[in-house]
Order: sequence, then structure tokens, then C-alpha cells
Amino acid sequence: MASRFDIRRQTGFTTIAMICFFALYLPIITLVVYAFNAGNSIAIWEGVSLRWFYQAWNNSQVVDASIRSLQIASVAATIATIVATMAALATTRTKPYPGLGFKYAFINQPLMVPEIVTAVALLIFFSRIKIWTGYSGLGYLMAAHTAFCIPFAYLPIRARLESMDLSLETAAADLYATPWKAFRRVTFPLLWPGILAGLMLAFVISLDDVVITEFVKSGGQDTLPTYMLGQFRRFITPEINAISTVFLLISILIVTVFFFISRKKDQE
Amino acid sequence: MESAEEVAKDAARREIRDRWLLSAPALIIIFLAATGPLLIVVIYSFLTPGPYGDVVWKFSTDGWLSVLMQRDIFDDTLTFADAHLSIFWRSAKLSFLTTIFTLLFGFPTAYFIATRPARQRNIWLFLITIPFWTNLLIRTFAIQEVIRNEGIVNTVLIKLGIISQPIQMMFTDFALMVGMTYVYLPLMVLPLYASMEKIDFRLVEAGYDLYANRFQVLRRVIIPLVKPGIVAGSILVFIPALGAYVTPRVLGGSKNMMLGNLIELQFGQGRNWPLGSALSLSLMAIVMVALLLYVRSVGRQGGAHG
Repeated sequence: MASRFDIRRQTGFTTIAMICFFALYLPIITLVVYAFNAGNSIAIWEGVSLRWFYQAWNNSQVVDASIRSLQIASVAATIATIVATMAALATTRTKPYPGLGFKYAFINQPLMVPEIVTAVALLIFFSRIKIWTGYSGLGYLMAAHTAFCIPFAYLPIRARLESMDLSLETAAADLYATPWKAFRRVTFPLLWPGILAGLMLAFVISLDDVVITEFVKSGGQDTLPTYMLGQFRRFITPEINAISTVFLLISILIVTVFFFISRKKDQE
Repeated sequence: MESAEEVAKDAARREIRDRWLLSAPALIIIFLAATGPLLIVVIYSFLTPGPYGDVVWKFSTDGWLSVLMQRDIFDDTLTFADAHLSIFWRSAKLSFLTTIFTLLFGFPTAYFIATRPARQRNIWLFLITIPFWTNLLIRTFAIQEVIRNEGIVNTVLIKLGIISQPIQMMFTDFALMVGMTYVYLPLMVLPLYASMEKIDFRLVEAGYDLYANRFQVLRRVIIPLVKPGIVAGSILVFIPALGAYVTPRVLGGSKNMMLGNLIELQFGQGRNWPLGSALSLSLMAIVMVALLLYVRSVGRQGGAHG
């Protein structure tokens, strides 16, 4: 049987793609597999065991850092999503007005400056405030995380708003609904997949942050990523693999939900 | 009585005011915890370093001068020093190479995904999205476990008897290149895919009808069509690579510093905050130039691709 000439084919592309997928997943899979190693090594296999998961679970530093990460991510993602929703409502579905371009640029600013520069700037600024006020709690980390989460929360919400039909809200207004009522009864129910996507994106971004947290944190305020960064200099045991595996699992879970929410939107 | 025109004008003005109020919280938070502090960095770059870090409030241009020069501790003369410049150059070189490598691997991968049947496409795309959103630190750590002396590659090679001593890969430029290409690859594939998804394959067919071979079609038809994706992907890889901090810290060690680590050094052991500030602003300036070039190139193509 003669094979048909496929105009889409490019020689070697499939091979390279397969190599890429293999290379992307091999290290991650290795990392996960060795989390279950019974021995002390991250390269020599000595049998299956959950000992490193137990050890991580009983390591108070790991547990404290995880709780701190979740606290910061919950607060930052929630606030970022609320203010990003408001900002998205204010910057979509309108004729251009003075300051609209400025708002876009300003909201996306944290994406355009290298993270290390923002980190340094916050280190300087917050160390001043720490001296002035004497406060050195988690508030600084929460504020910093909220700021860089806003653009991530804003993107899916704005995308969702722009694809929404305006006529329903106009109808609500015609029926004497107050703006708040129209939002709660009409806009919000249509918008919530975008809001949920924004919330999850912001949550993952906050959970993953290393650089800004490393510079802003005070003593004893390690989050899970900065704790792990501190461990890399030492002799590494599969405990780090166990922590990474759990972390990975949480991220994959959130990303999966996010992926299907945003895909569904495309098909509607 | 107000005229209808004035009422409408009033309503429009009120709407704009409401829209500002609605966006105010987001703008204020970003100003307080992102943009505002950047302005303070500018001030700090013109102050004098304090003895234990921080600064003394005395104007000085030494922070900026020592980006390129070194003050002699005996006779106070300034001489040109390339220590910092060479790290700038290394960072630029490694980021450029990372961009090239991610493009070489990412282009065929994105093309492969874009040419799958619609149903399969989502699965492949999902496989790229997972590493895209998983922690950069964990991915750096994963690649480290593969290439370190006691890592998988060396262990397997020694067991097979191919080598007797582990090959030192960690703490070399090679490790940095492998690591950065690995962690930034998804950033290249996703924008490339976004523009490949829209390729009109009738144009490709027309190319073949005109007796082009596969390579000519790739070079003359496909690549020009996906150029916006190539540019976007390159920007998305180059900018974070230039400011990379985690990957060089874990894989590069102290001899293979990049700009991000040099900046950190000034705020840590170096105790030279003004120099650190000046270095940060220099990095930001380079990034801004890259972004500006990007905006201009998009602007030029904007009309053609709508």
C-alpha cells in the first residue's frame, strides 16, 4: 500500500518531540521513584519503603514550612483574586478611556520586571518598614505574594469577561436591577469559571515562589520552597524527594483542574 | 435644566470614576509591594554602603561606578575592572544559548502537537502544561539528581563499566545549560504552539504544488507564519533566563555565577547594597530593551496577523 503524502509531516520532528517529552519527564519520574527508596541514596535502589515520607511528616521544620506556605498562598491568592476581579470588571468591555492603557501596564508590571529585581526592591523597602514599625510577621510575605499574584489572577478573569455576552447584563439593568444585584445574579454566575481559574493560578504561583520569598522572609519564616533551597547545599537524602513528590502531586492536581476549566471555556 | 448632552457627559464621567475606584485596590497593592519599591532601588543605588549592610544616607556614585570599575583601596584611584562585566557577559551568553536550544527542541515539539488530531492534541498539550506549572525548584532538583556525581547518569555509566570515575557535570557551564534548557523548554513550546495552531495548511499545500520540498516549505512557509510565536517564546525564555537565580545557585556553584547570584551576593556577604541596586537596575534596563524590541516587532506584524 502506497502511503499518502502527508503535507503536515516534517522529517525528524516527531523524533525530536518524543525525545523532548522523554527528557521532560525522565528526571521528574526518577525523582518520584527514589522518594520510595529504602536506602539513603538518591541513585542506588535498595527496595521500596515509605520511610522518607514518614521522616518528612515527622520533621517539624518541613511541617511548619508547609503550613506557612499554605497560609501565605491562601491569603495572597484570595486577596489577589478579589482585587483582580474588580480590576478586570473595570478594564474590560468599555470604550477606551483615559488611563486604560496605564492600568493594563501597571497590572502587568510584576510580570515584566525580573523577579530578582523585585525581590531586591522589596528587601530594601520592607527592611526599612521593619525598623520603623518593629513588625516582622508574615504580613510582608503575604503583601509581596499578593502583588505578584494579581496579574496571574487577572489574565483568566479578563479573558472570560471579554468572551461574555453584554446583553444579559443590559437586560438586568433594564429590569431595574441595581449594579450590585446585576453583578451577583448575572455577571458572577457567568464569570465564576474565570474567577476559579484565576484563584488556582494565583495559588500555584504563590506556592511555587522561591526568589521573592527568599529575600523578603525574616528569620524562621521559611516556606517549603525556601526550606528546600536551603537543603540543597547539604548531603541530600530521599527525604527531599518525598517532599518534592507531595508538592508535585498538589501542583499537578491544581493544574489539572485549571487545565480542564480553561479548556471547557474554549469549547463553549 | 441640564441638556441631554450634559446628562450623558455626566454619566460617562461617573462611569470612568467608578472604573477607577474599582481598579484602585489592585493598583494600590501593586504600587506598594512591587512598583514603588523599585523607585527606592534607584535612590539606594546613589547612596553609600553601610558597614553591616544597608546604606548610609550620603550621596555617592560609587555604586554605579563599581559596576564597571574598581576603587583601589590604597590610592583611591578608579581602574576598569571586568569582574562584573564578565558575569553580565556570561549571563547574556548562557541566556542566548538557552533560547537557541529551547527553540531547536521546542519548535519540532510544538509542531508535533499542533499537527495531531484535535482529540490527541489536548493530551500532548497537557503533558507540556504540567512541567510548565510545576515548581521550578523541583524541576531544577530533578535535573540535578540526574547529573550529579552520585546521580543516575554517572551511577549507570560506572555500573556498565564505561567510566571508572564519575564525570563532573555539576557546577559547570554544561550543567547550567542543560538545567536552563530543561526548566525553560515549556515556556518556549506553549507560545509556539499557540501560533502553530492557527497555521492554514492550504498555504503549505500550495507550497508543495509549486514543487517546494519539505525543507523549503518549512523555511519559506511555516517559519514565516509562526514568527510571532518564535519571537514571543524567545522573549519568554530569554528574560527569565537572564535574571535566573535558582537554577544557577543549585547547579552552578560559586564559580559559575550569573547576574541574579551576583546581585544577591551584594545584599549578603558583599554588603554593598548600592552596588547591588545599580546591578539590579542594569539588569532591568537590559530586559526593558528586549521587551521594547519585542513590542516593536509585534507592532510591525500586528496588521498582517490581526
